[in-house]
Amino acid sequence: MIDFSKSAGFNLIRRHRAEKRFQWAGRSAIFISLTFLVVMVGSILMDAAGTLRQTQIAVTVDLGPDAVDPDNIAGARFGKILKSALRAQFPDAKKRKEKKKLYNLVSPEGSFEIKRQLIANPDLLGGPQTLWLTASDDLDLFYRGKSDASLPESQRRISDLEVAWIDTLAQSGSLRRVLNWNFLTNGDSREPEIAGILSALVGSLFSLAVCFALSFPIGIGAAIYLEEFAKPSRMSDLIEVNINNLAAVPSIIFGLLGLSIFLGYMGMPRSSPLVGGMVLALMTLPTIIISARAALRSVPPSFKQAALALGASPVQAVFHHVLPAAMPGMLTGAIIGMAQALGETAPLLMIGMVAFVVDVPDSILAPATALPVQIFLWADSPERAFTEKTAAAIIVLLIFLIAMNLIAILLRRKLEQRF
Amino acid sequence: MDIPFISASGVNVHYGAKQALFDIDLDIQANKVTALIGPSGCGKSTFLRAINRMNDLIPSCQFDGSLKIGGQDIYAPSVDVVALRAQVGMVFQKPNPFPKSIFENVAYGLKIHRLTTSKQELQDRVEWSLKSAGLWAEVADRLNEPGNSLSGGQQQRLCIARTIAVSPRIILMDEPCSALDPIATAVVEELIDGLRKDYTIVIVTHSMQQAARISQRTAFFHMGKLIEVGSTKSVFTNPQQEQTSNYITGRIG
Repeated sequence: MIDFSKSAGFNLIRRHRAEKRFQWAGRSAIFISLTFLVVMVGSILMDAAGTLRQTQIAVTVDLGPDAVDPDNIAGARFGKILKSALRAQFPDAKKRKEKKKLYNLVSPEGSFEIKRQLIANPDLLGGPQTLWLTASDDLDLFYRGKSDASLPESQRRISDLEVAWIDTLAQSGSLRRVLNWNFLTNGDSREPEIAGILSALVGSLFSLAVCFALSFPIGIGAAIYLEEFAKPSRMSDLIEVNINNLAAVPSIIFGLLGLSIFLGYMGMPRSSPLVGGMVLALMTLPTIIISARAALRSVPPSFKQAALALGASPVQAVFHHVLPAAMPGMLTGAIIGMAQALGETAPLLMIGMVAFVVDVPDSILAPATALPVQIFLWADSPERAFTEKTAAAIIVLLIFLIAMNLIAILLRRKLEQRF
Repeated sequence: MDIPFISASGVNVHYGAKQALFDIDLDIQANKVTALIGPSGCGKSTFLRAINRMNDLIPSCQFDGSLKIGGQDIYAPSVDVVALRAQVGMVFQKPNPFPKSIFENVAYGLKIHRLTTSKQELQDRVEWSLKSAGLWAEVADRLNEPGNSLSGGQQQRLCIARTIAVSPRIILMDEPCSALDPIATAVVEELIDGLRKDYTIVIVTHSMQQAARISQRTAFFHMGKLIEVGSTKSVFTNPQQEQTSNYITGRIG
């Protein structure tokens, strides 16, 4: 009888053991990387959860004709109205310092909120009204239990007096938490409770649009020429080496280039998505060219030969047959380049997209900032409440990235179905 | 009857430093199937690709000598290679339909050369080409399916249909049956025989039985040289050169 079992020799036991060992090594590598990913995303999500909702405080303000002129609502001194309302609510604040603390319960944006609510709804005029206003970040953190009240008073952001006020407010039902739409509809602010991501989001969107509009056609064009038409020569070798090197150049160098050429020499508008997009396009071009060339090279030469043998001109052969077949691969490369550009901070710092921008940019020439720069700015801010904003901004960036990749995948699938 | 349609004289082809063809003089007659046979690397495919200048695509390839089609030197500077290839079609070793529908595969050449003026004419021409290639009955109801959903033999007939759609004068075939099974091969061979009355066909083949079955004239190449050329019957039954008889009896190659 022939022995087909493990004991048949051929070093089988050791070979099978080596196989098992390798499989387990691979599994544990995947497990470790997944764990890191879960920990990272989980901690960001947990930090960002606080941004989801926002504390509001009910303040009864006097909107009688003495305080607000019904014919000139915008001219009223809402700061004064708010302060006197707070003093009326808590008469125990006597000293200047105590009063200041009292005013700090409400966000500095509070007086503008009163004004906006009145302009939207003038019926509120005529007497005392209870309005919901955004609370300050310190109150918000304490109310959510993020500040440790057991610490000695000198080590807390919030004093015993304020703690007593907040407790009173909470017991009287004058505090509530609402969904924080402000985060998605506002621009940046020095005050964490009203700071939003919109200006950075729009800035990133504009920059990437410029970047894609420039780098995709130029990159694809360069790749097609180099791969399909250029005759091999010392010059084309030199260009190839240079493109490969450019892909490895640190991005801040491209920022310096943009600073000296686009801003310094050509005088283009500082901090604008136009210049940001141009700098990112320079940075993305090598990636797109290299991947597009690889995609073109992977198209079977038989397509081109068949077209040429039918009497197609070289340009027809490339554009009718090679390019459509290479398009999915080219898109993949472009999206990798775009994802890099989306996460890039350094070159944008050099061309001034690091500015504190409150207004949402309305064109590619308006001053703007970008998502990663906004994250960098918020992470650098001393206010504790910005920690949560930073995490939330990272999530917005990740969602942006996922959306971009999703579009690329759908496009690719659609293009591939044609064959 | 024996006026040569394609006439090569003193053809030398180099790939860089390596010489692939040595001083070839070969006349090919119209409306006949001429088979080029010989062992691998003997230069028969190089000669075939010289006829529609596909060798131009290889940067290191160098052509010397004269190659005339219908009296016109196709390597003259005034010759537009696109016009040449529109007249000299080619079928490749491996079926290579475009990654498009069956209809588009055949219509492509007609479209780029603007050979038809209306949609109806285009459809008629595609139908005629597919019928000429003996494929119409099999694909009539699936013209919009991708070309590479067909079987290997059908794909090769699709490539032939694509080639004859633009009405070339000459069809070059580079081992068209080497990737096909015997049944598909028989179908394609029958097709080639039928095409002979309208086209001049030059076919490279590794199969001597195939050369004997379908060609009227045979040229035997060896080590880049043309050893013998004549009617297929005489080359196979009464070879003049020893190398030829060695090859066809299977002693070399």
